[in-house]
Amino acid sequence: MTQMETPSIDSSRIAEISLSSSREEIERREQVFTVEDLGVAYSGNVALAGVTMNVYANTVTAFIGPSGCGKSTYIRCFNRMNDLIVGAAVTGSVRYHASDLYGREVDPVEVRRRVGMVFQKPNPFPKSIFDNVAFGPRVLGWKKGLDERVEQSLRQAALWDEVKDRLSESALGLSGGQQQRLCIARALATEPDVILMDEPASALDPIATGRIEDLMHDLKREYTIVVVTHNMQQAARVADMTAFFSVDMHEDGRGRHGVLVEYDATTKIFTQPADRRTEDYVTGRFG
Amino acid sequence: MSRQWQSRLFVGAMILSLAVSFGTLGWLLATTLIQGLPGISWQLFTAPPSTVPEEAGARPAILATVYLAVALLAMCVPVGVATAIYLEEYAHKERWYNRLLEVNIQNLAAVPAIVYGILGLAFIVRGIGVGRVLFAGALILTLVVLPTVIIASREAIRAVPDSIRQGGLALGATKWQMIWRQVLPASIPGIATGSILALSRAVGETAPLLLIGALQYVAFDPTLFGAFTALPVQIYTWVKLPDPAFQTLAAAAIIVLLVIVIGMNALAIFVRNRYRQRW
Repeated sequence: MTQMETPSIDSSRIAEISLSSSREEIERREQVFTVEDLGVAYSGNVALAGVTMNVYANTVTAFIGPSGCGKSTYIRCFNRMNDLIVGAAVTGSVRYHASDLYGREVDPVEVRRRVGMVFQKPNPFPKSIFDNVAFGPRVLGWKKGLDERVEQSLRQAALWDEVKDRLSESALGLSGGQQQRLCIARALATEPDVILMDEPASALDPIATGRIEDLMHDLKREYTIVVVTHNMQQAARVADMTAFFSVDMHEDGRGRHGVLVEYDATTKIFTQPADRRTEDYVTGRFG
Repeated sequence: MSRQWQSRLFVGAMILSLAVSFGTLGWLLATTLIQGLPGISWQLFTAPPSTVPEEAGARPAILATVYLAVALLAMCVPVGVATAIYLEEYAHKERWYNRLLEVNIQNLAAVPAIVYGILGLAFIVRGIGVGRVLFAGALILTLVVLPTVIIASREAIRAVPDSIRQGGLALGATKWQMIWRQVLPASIPGIATGSILALSRAVGETAPLLLIGALQYVAFDPTLFGAFTALPVQIYTWVKLPDPAFQTLAAAAIIVLLVIVIGMNALAIFVRNRYRQRW
């Protein structure tokens, strides 16, 4: 453990992002998700309303905002995990490439194969490291080349060198950071197109967090990454595009729900936000 | 009275109640062992019952108890686990019929075994005409322990964290794949423990078997669809006889039954400790 490894706000990195990806450049990329007037309600209580935005291919898109702003609720719309909650209702539309993600003919199981997810707390299965990564391919019936697939996924998640000699040991024996990279490897093994990360580093120490962030940088070459984070510095370090969510009162004045305030290139959000609420949040005056 | 004395008095009361239950158990075990050990012989395991105590054994009863246990497990574990999976993973908890089901299962677990015996006599033996056979006995014992197996299996399934379910589903597993490959393997220790404990209770049940007419003298090896007796019934039969030699046989049979039941409980504890899942 050296001081050097400790991630901090690295201004050169922000500069690098801004050089490589202006908003205009990003918006020329393929649209992976097209969200229009999306709302989510739990048992009739609106949690999120009126979200319209596009998510672009080979881009890291970050969702930031205070607690209760619906950012976790929102990210779960992209792989239909909200379907699992009794009483959850999604309104508006989410298009995934050319198809309506909530269309009648769409199978949520197939959606989740293509849109992988990594959760806040690492959740390895109580099985061996190998079996964890092989779980996805196995449930999909991909029996051929399983060993190679597991190795490749672990390499992509920068975990192979640490675990190659103990693939048959329990995944629960790994450190928190390793467990989270294992969960990323597990998600990669089903050949997804998008990887959703719901506060993937919030349970990790700074070094492990740095590794996960490096991984996001590497992975966006092949995948589209959407990340929820409560850590603004993290968003500044990893994201090309950042969406700031906030909390609004319902129209009737009873209860609150999340809204999308501003969505732009990360550098823009952090240096010249258009909305006062964004500015207050990113400068630390609120939230 | 000072607070110190209050607390000492309370500790004393607790030790006394412990002594009462342990003392009774110890005394029972001791008298049974003293009386029954001379009766333990190969003959007990190989000979059928007889009117002559010197020739009498409990072979049909012991065999029938083993058959009952196996048939019982084969019926109550699949049904119990399937019910538990439905209630935990599929049932919409707010629906009235699921709540009714839940309350019913809790209540059924508290119904005395003899009530199941009456039910079995009316519906299984006579109603669907299975007759007074070993299979009918196994069916009734299944009903007796099913609620216990369901409740134990539900606890085990509920102990699997939701993060595991979500992780499985997020990888494109179907709900059934998630249950079959993640939830069930993780809950097997709990399910096994509950099932074995339920089984050991069922093996000792006498009343429902007597009620549906387990015979008191069976001189041949039992079959699934034949007349039968069972170890507790055999014990009950021998205890009623005046000849002290039969009392010894009864005590010996009690030792056999105790060894079976304690053995199963020990197995349950072993399974629980060996395979306990730490998350």
